[in-house]
Amino acid sequence: MIVAERKPLDEIQQSLEGCKSVLVAGCGTCVTVCMAGGEKEVGVLASMLRMRAKMDGTELDIREATVQRQCDREYVEQLAELGEECDAILSMGCGVGVNYATEVLKTVRVIPALNTRFYGANVDEGVWSERCGGCGECIVASTEGICPIARCSKSILNGPCGGSQDGTCEVDPEIACVWQLIYDRMDSLGRLDKLEEILAPKDWSKGRDGGPGTTSREDAAAIDRGEASE
Amino acid sequence: MMSDEREAIDTSETAPAGFEPVIVAFCCQYCAYAAADLAGSMRLQYSPNVRVVRLLCTGKTDPIFFLKAFEGGADGVFVAGCMEGNCHFVEGNLRAKQRVQHAKGLLDEVGIGGGRLEMYNMSAGEGAKFAAAADEMTERIRSLGPSPLRPEPGDAEAALQAALDGVEVAQA
Ligand code: SF4
Repeated sequence: MIVAERKPLDEIQQSLEGCKSVLVAGCGTCVTVCMAGGEKEVGVLASMLRMRAKMDGTELDIREATVQRQCDREYVEQLAELGEECDAILSMGCGVGVNYATEVLKTVRVIPALNTRFYGANVDEGVWSERCGGCGECIVASTEGICPIARCSKSILNGPCGGSQDGTCEVDPEIACVWQLIYDRMDSLGRLDKLEEILAPKDWSKGRDGGPGTTSREDAAAIDRGEASE
Repeated sequence: MMSDEREAIDTSETAPAGFEPVIVAFCCQYCAYAAADLAGSMRLQYSPNVRVVRLLCTGKTDPIFFLKAFEGGADGVFVAGCMEGNCHFVEGNLRAKQRVQHAKGLLDEVGIGGGRLEMYNMSAGEGAKFAAAADEMTERIRSLGPSPLRPEPGDAEAALQAALDGVEVAQA
């Protein structure tokens, strides 16, 4: 899932400067699961903002709504009516939600309440950890399912580097050296010989290159109803 | 979660004469609620400032309960659950402890001050402990002054209603 964290209240309050009414909009998918921007977090942030406004003696009318996803048009459109009555929508979706609500709702300002952090897994109760770098061309078949792009501090493809010590990364002893994990995994599978294969430099053109990524499925494309009715 | 703190507004100097804090207490029915009852039947004197919300277990609490109570005009809030290790639902009181700690951070961030929220543990037989918690919290809030959310002394019934609204929000 996409993992995010709420921005500090001061920063949120600052970005709402000049607004007299705001719709705090939650998203019912990833950010609900990582407890950053679901219905509960909307309630908490709305309450905090109301209290701040009261303490500061400013006028701020706060509405609350949570939709299933902020990255699908039919759900984002559900925010239109409430949002258009407000000076701004404070989105508790990830960055995708903020961008897409801006695009779909057009006339109303959309302001982010979260910092989108990474693609991660729920590794323990209340703990989320990065597991994928979204690099566009997955290479973990060569590293037995463990991603060095996301999990190695230097994203190196042929590790470990010289800083790996007792299984931890030189960047921070709290971080497991992912190349140690890869080594151990390959060892346990009896595939250590695979480590001798040198991975070629990665083709980054599949990732952060050439502008925004786009992908499509022709079997899910909109049907040209004009033609069909002829 | 990213959080920052705003220095809580000091209202202790500007508290109106005769300021009586409004305290909302979220009490587990198996221990603190029964302890409060016992305190009553034992004719123990304790602060009349405390309004009790009975819960099945303090594990039911959620940060929004506390925030709503403060929004509604409470000057202080406390949660009272069973002794650690004695929760009827195994670890509800430990969950409550974590949530109180988390909500203290939220109150610090807003500028109300996390010190206005506290967690107590007691058993059903400890009427005196409930009375002591109620008195201690009332004294603490008296010295902190009224909640910075409003200048007038709190309306106990409004704060209680807001606390109940918070419970409803969390259950929705
Ligand atoms: S110590 Fe391991 S995880 Fe850290 S940078 Fe080097 S190879 Fe990567």
